[in-house]
Amino acid sequence: MGLKGLTFAVPRGAMLTDVLDLLDSIGTDTSEVRANDRKLLFADVGIVTMRPSDVPTYVEAGAADLGITGKDVLAEQSERDVYELADLGFGACTMVFATVAGEDPAAEALRRFGVMRIATKYPKIATRHFAATGRQTEIVEVKGSVELAPLTGLVEGIVDLTATGTTLRENGLVVREEILGSTARLIANPVAHKLKAAAIDDVMERVREC
Amino acid sequence: MHSGHASSAFPRDDRAGGRAALTHHTPSGTRDVLPDEMRELRAITDAVRHTFEARGYGEIYTPALEYEHVLARGEAHAADPAYRLFDEQGDVLVLRSDMTIPIARVVANRYENAPTPLRFCYVAHAYRSVRPKRGEAREMLQAGIELVGAPAPIGTAEAITVLCETLAAAGLESFRIGLGDAALFPALLQALGVDEVGTSAVLEKLAQRDFVGLSHVLTALSIPAEDAERVQGVAQRRGGPEVLAPGDGVLAEAARGLRDVHELLDRDVAERVIFDLGLTQRLGYYTGAVFEVYDAALGAPIGSGGRYDDLLGRFGRSLPAVGWALNVERLHLAAAAEKERRAWA
Repeated sequence: MGLKGLTFAVPRGAMLTDVLDLLDSIGTDTSEVRANDRKLLFADVGIVTMRPSDVPTYVEAGAADLGITGKDVLAEQSERDVYELADLGFGACTMVFATVAGEDPAAEALRRFGVMRIATKYPKIATRHFAATGRQTEIVEVKGSVELAPLTGLVEGIVDLTATGTTLRENGLVVREEILGSTARLIANPVAHKLKAAAIDDVMERVREC
Repeated sequence: MHSGHASSAFPRDDRAGGRAALTHHTPSGTRDVLPDEMRELRAITDAVRHTFEARGYGEIYTPALEYEHVLARGEAHAADPAYRLFDEQGDVLVLRSDMTIPIARVVANRYENAPTPLRFCYVAHAYRSVRPKRGEAREMLQAGIELVGAPAPIGTAEAITVLCETLAAAGLESFRIGLGDAALFPALLQALGVDEVGTSAVLEKLAQRDFVGLSHVLTALSIPAEDAERVQGVAQRRGGPEVLAPGDGVLAEAARGLRDVHELLDRDVAERVIFDLGLTQRLGYYTGAVFEVYDAALGAPIGSGGRYDDLLGRFGRSLPAVGWALNVERLHLAAAAEKERRAWA
């Protein structure tokens, strides 16, 4: 077991180094995780690693007590029953609505056909955003590079996550609207939050001091 | 040569003996229970009923279908149920989303002048539009009690005592009861002069268990920063009696209420209690003490309840009341998980 007998769900991917640095500074030894990028379960230090979008699933079910993932993931899976304890500040990025540069083809589609087609990996966030702003959309869920969709005529616009905007620019896309700012969040299982309160508050205290 | 049935490249509708022809699904979130599981569930519900009976709680049956306007009288959200249908008169019927409101209706209709307290129990299905997952069905079996006409703190203490006896009878050992006060946050915010819009925004974040969002909402309110920080701190206070440490005004009052309940509990029951000032329930009819049931072996709460001192008045007989419901399927999962843990230890 790891820090204070708690199990952490840790996201592999862009955020991993920041997350491991944080865990180091609150007293967990993450050297084995850093040295091994294929292994998934590090029972000795109470760490399980996974895709960022799987973190809420493990934490909700109690397979991990605590987890770290982006607000974008939590917003897309808003039905998950987990505590959102703290904004960790790193992993900053923005959920945006983007189309090809020049005259906005999505606005034109809306004007002429009453509906715009939007490609995204975040169908719930996209649906909520356009519903809240009163626009009809046809959401096209894609798994791979979303930037491809408007360039091939599949859709008029995309909703996607961007940190620097480089990928969008390189594909000739411009941001039309910012939907949601996202950073890494510390989340907790609702039962662990009560039954392991002292250990979790101690982690919170150390995170705040970092 | 290939015989060319199940592995055929051409889908055929008439595959004799194929599984597809035999699969007729139940609606999402509902399922069939077969004898092996039913025997285990029955053992739990028998033990639970025995406890209820020994404590003087009489089992009650009410129809699964209710008029929509009757449930809406109890609680606005109850009128937003998972299943809604019409009868031949064109009246709107709903499948009940819990047993508390139907029992409040029964008390007002059938026990108008009966001496109190009244003790009722049930083992019955309720219907909710939840996202189906392990231990969370849209048709869920609940076992619970309603104690009507017994005010706080004595009624609350009895309800918690019967709750602990019931959990033990169902075979659980490592359960705990989270105890909070639904009236605390509305009163706390009112004392700070926060308006209705601000209060409901705060309560929504609490119900969503989103402390980051809560801090943003509190910062946006026009209250001093140290008050916002204090409210945020109260939401996260949970643990032993030290949680009820001296406060002032509203906080002291809530702490006194919870301490009064705690003092009436026998030691073995009192030891199960975790005070949780941030605990709120998603149902709007709770007015005072609220509780939630946890087991270390299961990642989700097993049941919940609380005081609803205003609800019966809406049906015509104003009485203080308290009740709780356990999710029998989760009770079963927790008992099995505990047994597995003990086998490992």
